[in-house]
Amino acid sequence: MAKLDSKIPAGPLAEKWSKHKADIKVVSPANKRKLDIIVVGTGLGGASAAASLGELGYNVKIFCISDSPRRAHSIAAQGGINAAKNYQNDNDSVFRLFYDTIKGGDYRAREANVYRLAEVSNNIIDQCVAQGVPFARDYGGLLDNRSFGGAQVSRTFYARGQTGQQLLLGAYAALNRQIAKGSVKSYPRHEMLDLVLVDGKARGIITRNLITGEIERFGAHAVVIATGGYGNVFFLSTNAMNSNGSAAWQCYKKGACFANPCFTQIHPTCIPVHGTQQSKLTLMSESLRNDGRIWVPKKKEDVELIRAKKKKASDIPEEDRDYYLERRYPAFGNLVPRDVASRAAKERCDAGYGVNETGLAVFLDFKTAIDRLGEDVIRARYGNLFQMYEKITDVNPYHEPMMIYPAVHYTMGGIWVDYNLMTTIPGLYAIGEANFSDHGANRLGASALMQGLADGYFVLPYTIGDYLSHEIQSPKVNTDTPEFAEAEKAVKEKIAKLFSIQGAESVDDIHKKLGHIMWENVGMGRTKESLEKAIVEIQALRKDFWKNVRVTGTNEEFNQELEKAIRLADFLELGELMARDALHRQESCGGHFRVEYQTPEGEALRDDKHFAYVAVWEYQGADQEPKLEKEPLVFEAVHLAQRNYKD
Amino acid sequence: MNLTLKIWRQKNAKAPGKFVTYKVENISPDTSFLEMLDILNNDLIHKGEDPVVFDHDCREGICGMCSLHINGFAHGPDTEITTCQLHMRKFKDGDTITIEPWRSHAFPVIKDLAVDRSAFDKILQAGGFISVNTGGVPDANSIPIPKADADESMDAAACIGCGACVATCKNGSAMLFVAARVSSLAKLPQGRVEGARRAKAMVAKMDELGFGACTNTGACEAQCPKGISIAHIARLNREFLSAKLKD
Repeated sequence: MAKLDSKIPAGPLAEKWSKHKADIKVVSPANKRKLDIIVVGTGLGGASAAASLGELGYNVKIFCISDSPRRAHSIAAQGGINAAKNYQNDNDSVFRLFYDTIKGGDYRAREANVYRLAEVSNNIIDQCVAQGVPFARDYGGLLDNRSFGGAQVSRTFYARGQTGQQLLLGAYAALNRQIAKGSVKSYPRHEMLDLVLVDGKARGIITRNLITGEIERFGAHAVVIATGGYGNVFFLSTNAMNSNGSAAWQCYKKGACFANPCFTQIHPTCIPVHGTQQSKLTLMSESLRNDGRIWVPKKKEDVELIRAKKKKASDIPEEDRDYYLERRYPAFGNLVPRDVASRAAKERCDAGYGVNETGLAVFLDFKTAIDRLGEDVIRARYGNLFQMYEKITDVNPYHEPMMIYPAVHYTMGGIWVDYNLMTTIPGLYAIGEANFSDHGANRLGASALMQGLADGYFVLPYTIGDYLSHEIQSPKVNTDTPEFAEAEKAVKEKIAKLFSIQGAESVDDIHKKLGHIMWENVGMGRTKESLEKAIVEIQALRKDFWKNVRVTGTNEEFNQELEKAIRLADFLELGELMARDALHRQESCGGHFRVEYQTPEGEALRDDKHFAYVAVWEYQGADQEPKLEKEPLVFEAVHLAQRNYKD
Repeated sequence: MNLTLKIWRQKNAKAPGKFVTYKVENISPDTSFLEMLDILNNDLIHKGEDPVVFDHDCREGICGMCSLHINGFAHGPDTEITTCQLHMRKFKDGDTITIEPWRSHAFPVIKDLAVDRSAFDKILQAGGFISVNTGGVPDANSIPIPKADADESMDAAACIGCGACVATCKNGSAMLFVAARVSSLAKLPQGRVEGARRAKAMVAKMDELGFGACTNTGACEAQCPKGISIAHIARLNREFLSAKLKD
């Protein structure tokens, strides 16, 4: 394995990024015109990167699986984006945002990356406002903020409950401007099916045109993966139906190492599962925890009556309610980080206090806030979320509390990258949720948007120049070579094999089974036994898939079953790696909760002596155990401590 | 619930299409409309038939990918929602439901219920942006914007680009879509700078791509899943006319 070199610059934390920018090389405008870059994915990371690289003068090609770049799942982010502007005069700062993020991630992220993220956060807000993003404002005309979990300041900028949509439309507009200028060429409804290496460097991709089925080759001097996370390995998650881990997984199989795959975020406030035919879970924004209070009844008899629909939540008097987050975490209350809130909900439900028929739900109640502020204020803040809730559940949350339960939402793990966001394959970059670098073992709310845009607008456009400055003599990549031909052949063979099986089970049948294995064994509470069981079961299911799946239709048409089958084949491998990673990490941290390792109060118990590192996995071939390498995490600016949200 | 579905099936853009009738049984009223189609598709796959192709992604009403004309209504018989948010409790046991793709000249059918909406991207590429590069922009609070203006800009910016307005309009006009973008940027000082250029370029592109003219029927507003007001069309008309008068 290539020695991991994180390339973290020397020097004091606050000066690393400035110094690094001064040290790295740049490419002249005349040479930029000769260089090609492929960007895969058009969410906040991909769209902002492609637009910025196009503005700089590179030739960019951008690919997405949807009919338009604007459909990328960043669009569904609701609550907001963090920045250290300190507009509220509440003593926020770059350091405080950095510190909250490192602590929120349970000390499993790189200090230097996180500090840089906090540093450029303010530029993001400026950039978005200049693009015409209609952030919420106060009557004086200046920007408004709200609070999110894991922070005691108000640093979250928002556009009603549609912040992700508005930021993506900003990045998409910048991208459209470059497409019109010809500096970026857009390939919608194209899916990357393989990465092509030439002499060890990333030199292109193989794609499938999702309308015609045509397998195509594209070459470039660098490839950027911005394809998001892999939460859909659980089948049910808050991710969009088409979100998948396949582009990242192909990179892994071509030699890009995968970091911390087991770090999965289970979001505490999602609409509970209602039946076996459900296709996905819907998030209710964390911003609701600004004004919503989470509770379950104190008395089991009330629980029974509510489940039997003989009593309503609003019938339960104040003294019989257990506001368990406020009780357990007085300092942060309902705004504890997501992993803490999710585990607390699971604890109450496991103890028998869940409030719906399945026993897997808790209340999120706005009564106190409505009494204090009036319904109109709550409507102005969260109207679209309340409407969304009512459409799905047929319950009016202005009158009765919402029911919520944790669901898979985000993956902190991803492709390993160095400080320059380059993977272990030269010329291959990974940005946004697709990489692993900034959120440690738990991401704070409103930080995914921040990271996607930080990487795309302000980090990658600088760092990629350092690599490309060595490529100015390289001619256009010729795709008519054995490397491209071989990759194309492998893709075509894989597709042919999928069609040849014609078994008895649909892709979704098998995906649901995988989701069940993952949720039960690699979900919110993991044990040595459950993880060992998961590995065996996933291996068996993978064999079953390749013997028993039925893919209808042909390759040469718009074939959504084929798309899903290709993605599931990869999830069936990725799920095993997640379980392996979770098994090896004999500690609890952030979203990774090993039942064996907890404090007497039931909090995650880290083992900094043995596990303060990034687990980096290298592919060794089909059905071979991957190799584990460790990147030690060195903390210079923060003191490692048990996370405390109590006082 | 047991239902009869009449679904438009069309092999590809060139092939002729036709309605095919299917039955689905034991559907829970809490199932979403697209989950009901998932159930149908899973049955079809088990029978060895081709599943019905339809576009969808986020399934929470924000990505704009889902479409469908259901019993003659874009996004089905409910107000201010997308098809993915529609639930079967809006139907009755024994109902026959007709499901068609968006039908509009500028949105050709790709297969079954999926259409090509790339014309929307082309309109936005013509001018639906503010011409700023990354970096070198002023501090976000250096331009105060009255709250009412910011709120109105946000109202318009809520457009998800689904195309229900075009599919509903008897003229196949994209005026509400174009107006939403023009109006959102026109309400902000940053967007005013190139307001005239933007309105002209986007309207010209809309006309070029074969969308129809607006005759103020208001059908688009009634079917818009995000409740975007046709008052924005009035603003677009103002922007466009004043830009033309200055020519």
